[in-house]
Amino acid sequence: MTTTPLLQLDSLTRSFPGIVANNRIDLTVGPGTIHALLGENGAGKSTLVKMIYGALRPDSGRMRFDGRPYAPANPAAARATGVGMVFQHFSLFEAMTVAENIAVALPADLAGSDLPDRIRDVSASYGLVLDPFSRVDQLSVGERQRVEIVRCLLQSPRLIIMDEPTSVLTPGEVGRLFTVLRKLRDEGRSILYISHKLREIRNLCSHATILRRGRVVGTCDPGAETPESLAEMMIGNAVRRHIRKVQEPGAVRLSIDHLTLPAATEFGVDLKDISLDVRAGEIIGIAGVAGNGQDELMAALIGERRSATPDAVSLDGAPVGTLGPTRRRAMGMAFVPEERLGHGAAAAMSLTENTLISARGRRNLERRGVLDFGAAKRFAAEIVSAFNVATTAVTRQAGSLSGGNLQKFVIGREILQGPTVLIAAQPTWGVDAKSAAEIHTALDQLARAGAAILIISQDLDELLSICDRFAVLAGGTLSAPRASADVTVAEIGILMGGAAREQQDDAA
Amino acid sequence: MELAINIILGMMLAATPLLFAATGELVVERAGVLNLGVEGMMVIGAVAGFIVTAESGSHLAGIVGAAIAGAAMALLFGLMTQVLLANQVASGLALTIFGLGLSALLGSGYSGLSIPALARIEIPVLTDIPFFGPLLFRHEPMFYLSILLLVLTGWFLTRTRAGLILKAVGENHDAAHAIGHPVVLIRLLALAWGGALAGLGGAYLSIARTPLWSEEMTAGRGWIALAIVVFAGWRTNRALLGAYLFGGVTILQLHVQGLGIAIPSQYLSMLPYLVTIAVLVAISASPTRAMLRAPGSLGRTFHAQG
Repeated sequence: MTTTPLLQLDSLTRSFPGIVANNRIDLTVGPGTIHALLGENGAGKSTLVKMIYGALRPDSGRMRFDGRPYAPANPAAARATGVGMVFQHFSLFEAMTVAENIAVALPADLAGSDLPDRIRDVSASYGLVLDPFSRVDQLSVGERQRVEIVRCLLQSPRLIIMDEPTSVLTPGEVGRLFTVLRKLRDEGRSILYISHKLREIRNLCSHATILRRGRVVGTCDPGAETPESLAEMMIGNAVRRHIRKVQEPGAVRLSIDHLTLPAATEFGVDLKDISLDVRAGEIIGIAGVAGNGQDELMAALIGERRSATPDAVSLDGAPVGTLGPTRRRAMGMAFVPEERLGHGAAAAMSLTENTLISARGRRNLERRGVLDFGAAKRFAAEIVSAFNVATTAVTRQAGSLSGGNLQKFVIGREILQGPTVLIAAQPTWGVDAKSAAEIHTALDQLARAGAAILIISQDLDELLSICDRFAVLAGGTLSAPRASADVTVAEIGILMGGAAREQQDDAA
Repeated sequence: MELAINIILGMMLAATPLLFAATGELVVERAGVLNLGVEGMMVIGAVAGFIVTAESGSHLAGIVGAAIAGAAMALLFGLMTQVLLANQVASGLALTIFGLGLSALLGSGYSGLSIPALARIEIPVLTDIPFFGPLLFRHEPMFYLSILLLVLTGWFLTRTRAGLILKAVGENHDAAHAIGHPVVLIRLLALAWGGALAGLGGAYLSIARTPLWSEEMTAGRGWIALAIVVFAGWRTNRALLGAYLFGGVTILQLHVQGLGIAIPSQYLSMLPYLVTIAVLVAISASPTRAMLRAPGSLGRTFHAQG
């Protein structure tokens, strides 16, 4: 017996300038199933669901919903057809009540005066406790998500898209959410569940489609897979293009020694007893699925979070664990954070002004507290020409550059300061292939000049091609580093999936 | 008794143009747009209302013309800030300066002319009620219009779905966009409404209160209207209170001088602004301030994603 698939995507394609976010995606979601959409950050999951939800138009390809052609012009049309979405970043209105928040998103005929009663009915029948008249700014994160879910359910959707719904929830809330999702499935609704959390997907989903770099790289029944095999599918057959000639490493420049740091927020990850030495001339990579402590490790290395003891992090033998970022920079460290805008560069400031943010000390861009704009301008021009940054002038705002060009600018700004230790997170995230190659070459040259480089990345291709050794961060614990020349993809999968398996054992 | 009626009537006269402009700006700010060009829109309304009335001989045409002129000014602001994404504060200030200049140019041939004043509507029987009769039932039609539009606006914002969507756009324009509401269109409509009401406020001055045109005759009332919106905590019922309070203060200074109390009038002119500052301080110190806080997206430029 064959049933009509609820949602069928046929060769859906969408490009953005410089990148094909979705390349000929085929996807079929059956009725009454929880279907996982699995992939790393940047694999194209968000673009795909935005097209299904009518927030983006595909360049080409077709969609069918319940057997009929489906091409939503906007989210309202998608909702009218029976597609609902629960956003990762909630689209709620803080100063308004729960009922008002829900009414705003419903079509007029569903938003009548009996709405509060219907909210109570829906919340009661799914165990989603909500007072329609409380104000959203007084609700916890879990309660806010309930508002989103109830809002979605009141439109009787047949397909519910959930975008990383557990990323902001505490473990108890996750359990309650899963109960609700299973109940919805049993009623015959389908759920498209986006996540990169392998444990959740194995628990919850009966089908999975795996995306990688904008393409479908596999489909499977996650329950029949192991965390290791799922991780391996997410990574794919990483192409090994080792461009670096390994050279004899020099003295230890960066040393992380039993770094333990409790999470800053309840959604964070504790760093557990991390130790790693990076030597002069060496590039070391840290791989791992997002949300396993990468952000926390980066903050600890930059100095945005101080360690408990000075010698948890040391630079050329000098303890820096309790120093702030400016002191660490003065001693020779340089950093490329993951977020380009807001962390690596200030969007509303010119490129010249952006050099002052990190290079003020090491490039002598100030004299006795007075900024030397002439020197800053020359430095900005030097970065632009050395790293082929496509921009008309150094007076342009950083926010006006494309992602790839801004990334080249930020990396160039750090490398041209001649650091002894460079720490970079996702150095080529969202960057086109040519720029990525240029960035990799620059990192290679910096290492040859005697710097120690640490790269935190989810892009395994990248790590395998430029790192001499790499370790895997999983659940806040760092594996022993392995030489990248002789590690197999299956082994990496085991290391990355390991954390998921441990968590599962904890839960069981 | 006679004096009390006169004082209260004077207060109503002074408050009516403020009430028009504040009601309009309140809707605009609830939609998340900060239009500092109220003064400019009012003065254009004043000159347009006067010219149209003088040329056509019809007060009604003048009133409609003033509303259209104010709305046109607001849509110019909307083009700059909502379509071309210019900074709202700078554009609003520019609109005020532009409006003052343009109105002086347009009105240069009309200063010194006079038109018949707008007739008062006297409601028979009710006017004869002692005290309240003359206070409430013997006014120009524009007075009743100001109250009607305030009530209509309050009803719209609190009782209708469209009003809820407008408030949602002002509270979080990204979320409203994600849900699928047309943020820019809603804001342009709110701006047009705000401009029309500011225009009516100006026309009240040039047609009803003193039927003549003189340059800069709005004399800073647009700024007071902006202050009233903050004073009111973006609530219509409090805007009525604010308009009458601030209008009252301006009348008070005349009577205070008449009574021979030696307070320099400048102190009384400052009073509305001092009260606004005091209210702002009180709002931010109060635990219930969330009830009175500014719309979340107020003054922020909306840039549609995706």
